[in-house]
Amino acid sequence: MSDYSAELGPSATGPAGAPAGAKERSAGLWADAWRELYHNPVFVVSAIIVLLVISMAAFPSLWTNTDPYRCELQQAFEGPSDGHVFGTTVQGCDMYAHVIYGAQPSIIIAVLVTTIVSLIGTALGVVSGFFGGWTDTIISRINDVFLGLPFILGALVFLALLQSQSIWTVSVVLIVLGWGQITRIMRGSVISAKSQDYVEAARALGASNMSIIWRHIVPNSIAPVIVLATLYLGSFVSAEATLTFLGVGLQIPEISWGITIAEGQLIAVSQELPHLLVFPCAALILTVLSFVLLGDALRDALDPRGR
Amino acid sequence: MGRYTVRRLLQFIPVLFGTMFLLHYLQTISTQINGNPITALFGDRQPPPETLAAITRQFELDNECLTQPGNPCLGMFVNRLGDYARGDFGVDFTLQPVTALLAEALPITLRLTVIAIIFEAIVGIIAGVIAGIRKDKLADNFVRISTVLIISVPTFVLGVLVQILSGLYIGEWLEDRGAPEWLTAMFSVTYQSEHPWASLVVPGVVLGAFSLGFIARLTRTSLIETMRADYVRTARAKGLPKTRVVGVHALRNSLIPVVTYIGLDVGFLMGGALVTEGIFNIPGVGGLVFQSVRAGETPVVIAVATLLTLVFLVASLVVDLFYAVLDPRIRYE
Repeated sequence: MSDYSAELGPSATGPAGAPAGAKERSAGLWADAWRELYHNPVFVVSAIIVLLVISMAAFPSLWTNTDPYRCELQQAFEGPSDGHVFGTTVQGCDMYAHVIYGAQPSIIIAVLVTTIVSLIGTALGVVSGFFGGWTDTIISRINDVFLGLPFILGALVFLALLQSQSIWTVSVVLIVLGWGQITRIMRGSVISAKSQDYVEAARALGASNMSIIWRHIVPNSIAPVIVLATLYLGSFVSAEATLTFLGVGLQIPEISWGITIAEGQLIAVSQELPHLLVFPCAALILTVLSFVLLGDALRDALDPRGR
Repeated sequence: MGRYTVRRLLQFIPVLFGTMFLLHYLQTISTQINGNPITALFGDRQPPPETLAAITRQFELDNECLTQPGNPCLGMFVNRLGDYARGDFGVDFTLQPVTALLAEALPITLRLTVIAIIFEAIVGIIAGVIAGIRKDKLADNFVRISTVLIISVPTFVLGVLVQILSGLYIGEWLEDRGAPEWLTAMFSVTYQSEHPWASLVVPGVVLGAFSLGFIARLTRTSLIETMRADYVRTARAKGLPKTRVVGVHALRNSLIPVVTYIGLDVGFLMGGALVTEGIFNIPGVGGLVFQSVRAGETPVVIAVATLLTLVFLVASLVVDLFYAVLDPRIRYE
């Protein structure tokens, strides 16, 4: 996972600086963004792929009747055939069923971690950006500490020391290491929204801090967080697979793309059996790619300078 | 400039101690929950209790607070900081000093990082510039599509696929044609100590691939933005040739965020080398962490993680200070 925010740049401060209601249309940022996305083929296609992958995770039985746990070692790593469309895995299980069922842990972790990280990041970002002063200093310095750990190294060390590896521990570790960037982005976004005239006006009319935050600050500074969260979904899918591949993520009775690739890696090289890697890698790459494209399209639509 | 530097240096101190404390606290919690790591070392054949106690004492794991869950063991932390300050990062379970292990591993990781940085900077900036000056043309679309693809492939997947491709197909093909030894070493599956640079080229390219995509995108966006600036229009209006407008006027300013990213990447890559070194069997720092995690040698893991984090923090500090030199706006916030 990497620092996507570098690319968000100063423009990521969202609609606060946008020329409200450009020339012909003044439907507001979200309606404009939605109209643009609706006509963007890249967005539509990647959204469809994401929905398909989510349906695999939620209802794997819709996609296959084969039990992924029914494995026969005699049939290990056979190439694609009528019985097994994608061939069989190293353990002799059906590769297609493993590709389908492998979506589940990745999607659960990605959605769970992204949701919690976004909530924590938004809340802390608002508090530290809006109130400033000591609250800001303390939150920002603690944030620096967590951002100071290289991501994969930190996650590896955390999981290795916890000595307990399941969907939940992987999620907790990714949350602990992942909230910093969103907090930082939200803080910057809130600071620039705070100095806008409409906030002054609301304050002059006697609005309380809570209502200013809720009605003016959050809606006007959330856009970069939404873009980053979409990109994060892809990053966390990739991070889960990486940690699992390294042996500190999910463990063998579970089914995960990372495990399938790690198993296949050892055999595929020596036995020249590309299907062991091609299918799980393709599923993983396609999923991450769709999230990245989705995030890109969202950013372009929400960034008024691109128009 | 002076005030900014002082403030940035002052901020560095709590972060430094905070990060080291975080790693320390993690280790104490792990010991408090999972018990003495020394017992895990021996598995089923436990030595007599006296021996165990002696070994435990030697690794300073006999502290009372390691039996009280939740206790942050501040006394141990202070001792540890003192040790670190004297350059003592402890020993592994075979009593080799961690600093000696690192001295062997670090040059390899540094070479890997250098190859990755050179590759990603040169190819990334060139691709970004081409895409930026030909916005929405064929070259731009090609760069955009390929960089999105590169960013979407997790490093370990790329590593596994490249290893098979280069190790099996290209490697065999080269050997059949009697290519020189350094060339076959370049495409071998694993690290070879006789070819310290050549056999790191492919892993370095894999390591730098993600950032390459990122740098290209960053350069492109930044250049497009700068090309809209008034001073670029002025330069064009004066009738300067396009190469000069782009090369001298636009590129210099639009490379500021790119340079920053490359600087930060030094730290990222040291962490990311973990995956690449694991796949290509490279005995670098990442390989060291990897082995220690497998063997349950928490002291080594913590010491190496602390050192890598220090590199990362110092790199960010240098980048921030450098950024203030490049972009005066930063200093006057």
